[in-house]
Amino acid sequence: MDFQELTINMGPQHPSTHGVLFLQLKLDGEVIVDCQPHIGYLHRSIEKIAESRSLVQFMPFTDRLDYIASMNNNLGFCLAAEKLLGITASPRAQYLRVIVAELNRVASHLLAIGTFAQDLGAYATPLFYALRDREKIIQIFDKICGQRLTYNYLRIGGVAGDLPAGADQLIKDFMAYQRRILPEYHDLLTGNVIFCARSKNIGVLPKETAINYGVTGPNLRASGVAWDLRKDEPYLVYDKFDFNVVTGANGDSWDRYDVRMREIEESLKIIEQALGGLPEGDPVAKVNKVFRLNGEAYMRTENPRGELGFYIVGDGGPLPYRLKVRSPSFANLSVLSAMIKGMNISDAVCVLGSLDIVMGEIDR
Amino acid sequence: MNIPWLALLSLLLKGVAILAFFAVNAMFLIWLERKISAKIQNRLGPMVVGPHGALQLIADTVKLLLKENIVPAEADRLIWWLAPFFVAVPTVAAFLCIPFSQEWIVADLNVGILFICSITSLCVLGVFMAGWGSNNKYSLLGGMRSAAQIVSYEVPLLLSVLVVIMEAGTLSMQGIVHAQELGWFCLKPNVLLAFLIYMISATAEVNRVPFDIPEAESELVSGYHTEYSGMKFSMFFLAEYANLFIISAVAATLFLGGWLGPLRPSVFWFLIKVYGIISFLMWIRWTLPRVRMDQMMSFAWKVLTPLALINVLVTGWLLAGKG
Repeated sequence: MDFQELTINMGPQHPSTHGVLFLQLKLDGEVIVDCQPHIGYLHRSIEKIAESRSLVQFMPFTDRLDYIASMNNNLGFCLAAEKLLGITASPRAQYLRVIVAELNRVASHLLAIGTFAQDLGAYATPLFYALRDREKIIQIFDKICGQRLTYNYLRIGGVAGDLPAGADQLIKDFMAYQRRILPEYHDLLTGNVIFCARSKNIGVLPKETAINYGVTGPNLRASGVAWDLRKDEPYLVYDKFDFNVVTGANGDSWDRYDVRMREIEESLKIIEQALGGLPEGDPVAKVNKVFRLNGEAYMRTENPRGELGFYIVGDGGPLPYRLKVRSPSFANLSVLSAMIKGMNISDAVCVLGSLDIVMGEIDR
Repeated sequence: MNIPWLALLSLLLKGVAILAFFAVNAMFLIWLERKISAKIQNRLGPMVVGPHGALQLIADTVKLLLKENIVPAEADRLIWWLAPFFVAVPTVAAFLCIPFSQEWIVADLNVGILFICSITSLCVLGVFMAGWGSNNKYSLLGGMRSAAQIVSYEVPLLLSVLVVIMEAGTLSMQGIVHAQELGWFCLKPNVLLAFLIYMISATAEVNRVPFDIPEAESELVSGYHTEYSGMKFSMFFLAEYANLFIISAVAATLFLGGWLGPLRPSVFWFLIKVYGIISFLMWIRWTLPRVRMDQMMSFAWKVLTPLALINVLVTGWLLAGKG
């Protein structure tokens, strides 16, 4: 018998490539023989732009890296800049940063779960559930900073403004609501026979492979490695809060889903403690707007998708000499080709969905 | 020569009535599907055109009629043009033998159920032709998946229909309804099992979730009809909803007593049962994820087919015992 390989171009316009990812797949029937991801369709030269902007001016650009979790990007950049400049934010600002970062983590995980279920063919219903709940977080952010997607809320040395009146009640209401509504997701997906059959033991990512490829975040924790920067290298005031690092057992797609589900609960726990212990004071930054940058600093934080690192090099002038972003999705995507070889095309879509990549921070 | 004008005229009218029902029913079902999915997903669904969006589908139809009919470059033109007809025409033909009530049936063939089963299985040809003729790799994969799926689920489907035929002792649709005057077939345990097998296989036959593998939006964009636009696309679309009606109508007739009900008019009972089944299928569609191709195939051959075969044997044994 003579077999012929079929080359399929999946993307850059395809319903389940999560943005403008282009996968060149070689198929034998429906089995993937080779997968070559091509990136760069969303490249905006953000790192290069940083070299002609002051640190304050660069803040809105970080919103556009991982646009699902802008607050967390703001946070990573702020902390890197503060490390370079030797600034510490006021306690109230630090608590506020934790609150918005964790709220954004919940929003991001909700969207990841929704799109993952969508990739498995659950026609939009879980996605609409996720969007419905994420909308509540977006409304809170809208009240806090006036934006719904690109928040630009954090400032070097603090935050843009204090919590407006009524915002803490909104957050409390949201937490009560989300705790009430999470079982609905479990009913719809977690125990669903078809959902389990499609995702359990599919795309198993062994511990060693994950570490070798630099996979981080929920994907790494699903493979059983308890590595969470909030716990292992605590920044801000995370060491004051009581929360667990969630890990999975097998590292399959279902575990990656499950880790995200449980991390939502942990994040809610953190928000509750941070809101309860919110110190008085002025969170608004009282620092100069122009800095002379000397030396270099690298700061990594735990983004919803993994370790987000900012490396800033200064040469004495007001602009950075070089700014490098270490984006978690880039490492998470690079493991994809190794994972999906020999797989059915349907499973490949499942694995891609479970890795939860955002093209904005891969291309930068 | 003596031409039976009256009979011809009545045949023509019946044909027009079937076509009208085909179109209106499909439009109603699309509206219903959009409303049910909206309800499940905390949305409103169509609300603007007409009361509760009831006229939305008319607007959509006008739009589809006016759309350009794009033929992909290097498509196999003849096959590509014929495919929508191969899908739509058999589904219209299947309406001929659906008993809406004692009087409302176009042709009560003595092999009615056999006719419906055989003519609807022609649809797979159209689906495969569309996949092949489009000159698109996604469509080709969709078409191949569909052929494999429909052929495998045909077996348990027909075996479950066979159980009803054995119980009723007739192939005529009206005959099957009359055989249930003493009690619906689904009240007997062996036929209830057949009902279950029939519903699963029929869902697979019409490519609906969780068996919408040929269309698998997240994998194959939209499978075999990716390249179709305008009226040709809407023929696939109409046929899909007409097929949904047919499998539900057959299920209602075979297992739920067809148009039988305590009060007149009986067509009312028939439609309630059919739309009840359809709503159930829609509920399933908007709730469950999709199974994988190989999981679905092994389910058909390793679970459903043996189960249906055993069911046929048990039914035969029970009937032999009776008489």
